[in-house]
Amino acid sequence: MTTQADIQREIDDLRGSGGPQPRRDYPPYRSSVLRHPTRDLCQADPEGVELWAPCFGPADIDDAESDLTIQRSGEPLGERIVVTGRVLDGDGRPVRHQLVEIWQANASGRYWHQRDQHPAPLDPNFVGAGRCLTDGDGVYTFQTIKPGAYPWRNHVNAWRPAHIHFSLFGTDFTQRLVTQMYFPGDPLFDLDPIYQSITDARARDMLVASYDHSVTKPEFSLGYRWDIVLSGTHRTPLEEP
Amino acid sequence: MTFAPGQTVGPFFHLGLPFEGGNLLVPAGHPEAVRLHGRVVDGEGAAVPDALIELWQADSTGRVPRETGSFHRDGFTFTGWGRAQTDGDGHYWFSTLIPGPARPGRRPFFALTVFARGLTDRLFTRAYLPGDEPDALLGGLPPDRRATLITTREPRGLLFDIHLQGEGETVFLSYPRQAR
Ligand SMILES: [Fe+2]
Repeated sequence: MTTQADIQREIDDLRGSGGPQPRRDYPPYRSSVLRHPTRDLCQADPEGVELWAPCFGPADIDDAESDLTIQRSGEPLGERIVVTGRVLDGDGRPVRHQLVEIWQANASGRYWHQRDQHPAPLDPNFVGAGRCLTDGDGVYTFQTIKPGAYPWRNHVNAWRPAHIHFSLFGTDFTQRLVTQMYFPGDPLFDLDPIYQSITDARARDMLVASYDHSVTKPEFSLGYRWDIVLSGTHRTPLEEP
Repeated sequence: MTFAPGQTVGPFFHLGLPFEGGNLLVPAGHPEAVRLHGRVVDGEGAAVPDALIELWQADSTGRVPRETGSFHRDGFTFTGWGRAQTDGDGHYWFSTLIPGPARPGRRPFFALTVFARGLTDRLFTRAYLPGDEPDALLGGLPPDRRATLITTREPRGLLFDIHLQGEGETVFLSYPRQAR
């Protein structure tokens, strides 16, 4: 049986060994062992559809889908929060009117998913999935509840820090990003092989939201801000398909 | 500038990402519908039953779709984008159109993004139509590697298996302006 101490040694040995993106080959995350490509990625010059991202609009998404607390008949349990921020491309330009999707565990650390066997209660009033379009300034906003930490089977006593899964599109295909947003000061950061698969400390910090009292609503919910910078685009803003 | 790092989609992405009709870019009964499909396998050849594939492609004339509506397809509008999850056997499939070339004389391809539990970050690849048109990416690869990017024609579609690792490992792509 692999203990946290075993995993910790592996994590420590690999610290700083990768770049600003997660290492694809990261054995402390056991499920990655047989699932990562061992060959180097092959660099391609983007062409055709790769220079563009798919389009989403009001026909795809209802405004109410950005509020994860109103999807069922009652109020979900847990700490109500707002998570907001801007989606920017690698040149600092806002990514406008583009799709942002999230999914997360409930306040007890349980997912609304048949494969989640964690014996923590499901909340009949919280499903945990939402989506929205960024506005004209690249701003997204979700109303939700703070997810709980949860155990997983990577090793004995493995726990994930609380996080919200984020799926993002840019203005071209190559900017596609799926990642996780974390909460400041989580004591599980150093122990988690998924978070630590990004071996560069400054890059890891980019996934941690900040508490923002200006986003907090009186008598209602706490506020977190998280800006997301995607990679660079490959075409000029006015280019037509 | 530093870019936000990716993280795995994990085992519970079904809660947030797949949607009804996501794999039907055109209805399966469409007169020009083809099935683009294949299996996702790991380094031991075992099925990957918790992968998600996104497809992004030109229409049959080679035009890049700019239409919205992928989440609520009307059966007429071709948005060029879809999502399919793998089943228990690692199999994914899309009902779609054969893409046209980006420019006359180019080899058409489907752009694919691969996500899975155990993949720390998404992977990009291209699934090319079989053909003779010269292509810079294919031309720069040794024949065994090149073959991993070319679909196999079938009576009603195209087969494209994705090998995440090992024997026949699919060529995965990076692009300029991405962090390594
Ligand atoms: Fe999770």
